[in-house]
Amino acid sequence: MDMVWVPNRDPRARIVLALSFSLVVVSLQVVPLLLLASAMALLVMLGSGLVWRQTLKRMLAMDGFILLMLVMLPFTIPGDTWWQVGSLHASWQGLWRAIEIALKANAVILMLLALVGSMESVTLGQALGKLKVPMALVHLLLFTVRYIDVLKEEYQRLRQAMKARAFEPANNWHTYRSVGYLFGMLLVRAIERSERVLEAMKCRGFTGQLPMLVQLRMGLLDWLFMVVMLLLMSSLLYLEIFHVLV
Amino acid sequence: MHIVDGALSTQVLVVGAAVSCLGLALGLRRMPLDKIPVTGMLAATFFVASLIHVPLGPSSLHLIMNGVAGLLLGWAAVPALFIGLLLQAVFFGYGGITVLGINTVNVALPAVAVFYLVRPFIIGARASQGLFWGAVGGGLAVALTTLMVAASLWVSGDEFIPTAKLVLISHIPVVIIEALLSGATVYLVCKVKPELFMGRG
Repeated sequence: MDMVWVPNRDPRARIVLALSFSLVVVSLQVVPLLLLASAMALLVMLGSGLVWRQTLKRMLAMDGFILLMLVMLPFTIPGDTWWQVGSLHASWQGLWRAIEIALKANAVILMLLALVGSMESVTLGQALGKLKVPMALVHLLLFTVRYIDVLKEEYQRLRQAMKARAFEPANNWHTYRSVGYLFGMLLVRAIERSERVLEAMKCRGFTGQLPMLVQLRMGLLDWLFMVVMLLLMSSLLYLEIFHVLV
Repeated sequence: MHIVDGALSTQVLVVGAAVSCLGLALGLRRMPLDKIPVTGMLAATFFVASLIHVPLGPSSLHLIMNGVAGLLLGWAAVPALFIGLLLQAVFFGYGGITVLGINTVNVALPAVAVFYLVRPFIIGARASQGLFWGAVGGGLAVALTTLMVAASLWVSGDEFIPTAKLVLISHIPVVIIEALLSGATVYLVCKVKPELFMGRG
């Protein structure tokens, strides 16, 4: 089999599997099973064709307060002493809880990036539409992904103009005001652009249906992929429920 | 502020998912066909906002601007901000899937609150009043978001209470800076395109 096989699988199957995987993973409590789930996500990631270094970096990126929470957990959960300095007391239970949360969060994100993040955003929209997500939401998604890059470039142009006028960000009102104006200008330009787009769409007789360019079809390999993945997930749940590993 | 999968209790996740579905339904109902381009464009703008950093002390923070989103979009802010969170999870690995509901609620509900509480004061206001009420709306939205993130952690388990407290304290400067930025943003919009704050959103 080809090294990169995930992008060839049906996008609907990938979305459904990513969703079910996340539900299975958050309900696991045992660290060895979470390691198995992470290994499963890693395997799929290797077949996704994503640059693994970048993907792992994205997986590990978390908000500061989440990292802080993980670091604090050993101290906030009472239990058997892991180590102690003065009144500072870290528990084993807390450490395991922190490891558990970190593994869950990373396994879910890795599988999501591998299965869904490896998709064209337009394909994602179309597949969501086929999965009975309301069409208005799908169109909103398609519009948003279409214009993120356009608006990012617009932002960079405005930023360039500020730089040319010797703008240096610092901790002062001047900075906050300037960035606030910058964002306001971005909003105004975005709204004016959307007016032009709407007029162009009306000209072309937009009726609320964007034609779907790709026909999706579940082939034999897609069903096979679904079945194998669902079997693996059910075995994780089985092991969890019947405490096979503990 | 993205909470990750695996930390929150099931009850919080279920309530978050249910409330966000309700909010999405209401938001989509108030978004007729010809509002989709402007809502999508604004959703993209708020996505770009999360990439803009401003300095804060020795560190920096990225814009949230859910207050301004609420002022401009009303209930449509729920689908707009939801799409942003979905794309961030799927393509950038921020947040997670099972927490998508509660994360949407925490960011979008304050936006809707600002729409009802603050927007009436901005309609037809002078730019200087826009500056003041924009700041109130921006600060209020982030303050509410912070409170709701802390509450989501708090009710998920006693072990998260210290983190919840820390979230509250550490976000005081964020609230102030978001207030300043939102004030400036609304001031500019009042000057350049005042018709955005006329009539219904």
